[in-house]
Amino acid sequence: MKQIITDLIPFNLFNPLHLWAIFFVFSLPIQAKTWEISPKNSLKQVIIQANAYDTLLIKKGLYRTGNIIIDKPLTLIGQHYPVLDIQFKNEIFTVTSSDVIIKGIEFRNVGMTSMIDWAAIKVLEASNVQIINNRIRNCYFGIYLSASDHCLVQGNDIEGNPKEEQNTGNGIHAWKCDSILIQRNHTQGHRDGIYFEFVTNSTIQHNDSQGNIRYGLHFMFSHNNGYFYNHFHKNGAGVAVMYTKFVTMKHNVFEQNWGGAAYGLLLKDISDSHIEQNMFKTNTVGVYMEGCSRSVFTKNQFIENGYALRVQANCDDNSLTYNNFRGNTFDVATNGEVVLNRVSHNYWDKYEGYDLNRDGIGDVPFRPVSLYATVIERIPQAMMLLRSFTVSLLDRIEKIIPTLTPEGMKDEKPLLKPLKL
Amino acid sequence: MNKITKYVLYDIIRNRFVMGYTLLLLAISMSFFSFESDPNKGLLSLLNIILMVVPLVSIIFSTIHFYNSYEFIELMSAQPLSRKAIFLSEYMGVATSLSLAFLVGVGLPTLAFGGGESSLILIMSGFLLTLSFVSLAFLASVITRDKAKGIGLALVIWFYFSLVYDGLVLSILFSFNDYPLEKAMLVLTALNPTDLARIMVLMKMDISALMGFTGAVFQDFFSTNYGLLVAMFILMSWVVLPITIACRIFQRKDL
Repeated sequence: MKQIITDLIPFNLFNPLHLWAIFFVFSLPIQAKTWEISPKNSLKQVIIQANAYDTLLIKKGLYRTGNIIIDKPLTLIGQHYPVLDIQFKNEIFTVTSSDVIIKGIEFRNVGMTSMIDWAAIKVLEASNVQIINNRIRNCYFGIYLSASDHCLVQGNDIEGNPKEEQNTGNGIHAWKCDSILIQRNHTQGHRDGIYFEFVTNSTIQHNDSQGNIRYGLHFMFSHNNGYFYNHFHKNGAGVAVMYTKFVTMKHNVFEQNWGGAAYGLLLKDISDSHIEQNMFKTNTVGVYMEGCSRSVFTKNQFIENGYALRVQANCDDNSLTYNNFRGNTFDVATNGEVVLNRVSHNYWDKYEGYDLNRDGIGDVPFRPVSLYATVIERIPQAMMLLRSFTVSLLDRIEKIIPTLTPEGMKDEKPLLKPLKL
Repeated sequence: MNKITKYVLYDIIRNRFVMGYTLLLLAISMSFFSFESDPNKGLLSLLNIILMVVPLVSIIFSTIHFYNSYEFIELMSAQPLSRKAIFLSEYMGVATSLSLAFLVGVGLPTLAFGGGESSLILIMSGFLLTLSFVSLAFLASVITRDKAKGIGLALVIWFYFSLVYDGLVLSILFSFNDYPLEKAMLVLTALNPTDLARIMVLMKMDISALMGFTGAVFQDFFSTNYGLLVAMFILMSWVVLPITIACRIFQRKDL
């Protein structure tokens, strides 16, 4: 029996000769060469000549290059941000090998096509690729990861020059990736700041995404990802996330997404997710929920939004607890009679109840859906009466004798003092 | 004509009511701007006050003043003066004093703390609102000789424009909500000076995004200079029309 197993293994680890052979193979990278490249050399030629695990030091200067395919594990380091300019002809780096490191390079002027998504850095079916501290300016797509895993995208500064939605690419685009880490990047002026499709087990943290013409963050079918400490502001339509399970969003800031179709956070068909300790400030709609199930919203701050929450009636089993609602024009709006979500222990600045036993919890329930908000859901044109005296009068009356607002939408235990978050 | 206006102005300033009104407006606007750190929010709170208080004070004060100076008007009619001149100078006197009160009470603090396009629109629409409610008051006063009836009528007019009208709009919306009503809404807005003033100010603030499609239609209309001019023109016709009708009635009236 033992004989058969040793026959199956090509190397016998206990044979000293074979052991040496293994050491030899694995020690090759240590002898890797370092190439220094200045604008006089052709970067493309050097990459063809270089061996696997070599390091390329790119000196400061302007390099007018064509498309460069990196098909072996190389480390490319820019000194004082050398500029790679492709003059709108093609994409710059196409990485098809694993273990590539790209660091400190400025990429410029990637052209637009409708057939291929040209990007400043495109990674195709590779793993362990690290893209660190690069600058990307005026490119169609910024960083494009396709079918890759265990990649790191960190500290990149990506700024586009947005045109219309259909001919502007995404800042950081990931498709069918697994276990990637995207952190401390800044994206601006693209279609979507960060875009994911079929990305799993990844972490997105400390990114800053602003002024993108569509969404600051956009993901679909991307399960088990975590989003922490990101800042999304002034994006055309805020942040939209769809068709995803097990999302964790914590400590993010969504602000100033203001416009007819802008949302702080749009959730469509999201289930089993945690939205915690986020800040939603001055958005037209703080959070819009459609078809969401079993998600937990806790310790979030909703401040000065048009609508803090718009919950469609097809959302069920979500819980909304220990959140702060302050200065919103409408706290909650919903389109149906049925409410299948749990709302309790939130602080509402519009609450006018009392607390006889002084336990910090109001003795009468708070109904966050105002009559006017209900009317608007049915007849959007009634918005014409926004901030008129009649409307505030009607809201008062409804508060005393609720008739039209959904019975189930109430906070049985509203907090009297705002939570310190 | 100028002389009569001057007398009316002296008379109004002497009775100190307008001074009190100015101080009240000044206190309200100052407190709103100092409470709210964001001047835009101060502006919004101020808007609610302007839409309620300014029309109410304008219409009631003007009506009472008209009835109180009835003897003066009768005396003037005995002089070789046209009735039109007497009536319009009376109007000018009241309108000038009240709009001065508004401009000092609301205009100055708003310009000092707020600034920007929305404050200008707020001041402009508040000013026109004052003028139009003064002319509505004069209309109410010439319709009936009885002071109590006149004041009652003035109150009803205020009540109608501030409360009842919006209720009517709401019920119209409920009954016809299957139809596209955006354009109709524009017309309905034009038929009420307070609504027109409110929408004009809201459109200049970023709150318009909240209003969805209706807001978009309104925004399209009010954000263009053309739309703004049309709105101003309609608001001005709310000043000119009632006073013209009132003047006509006054000319034929048996005093």
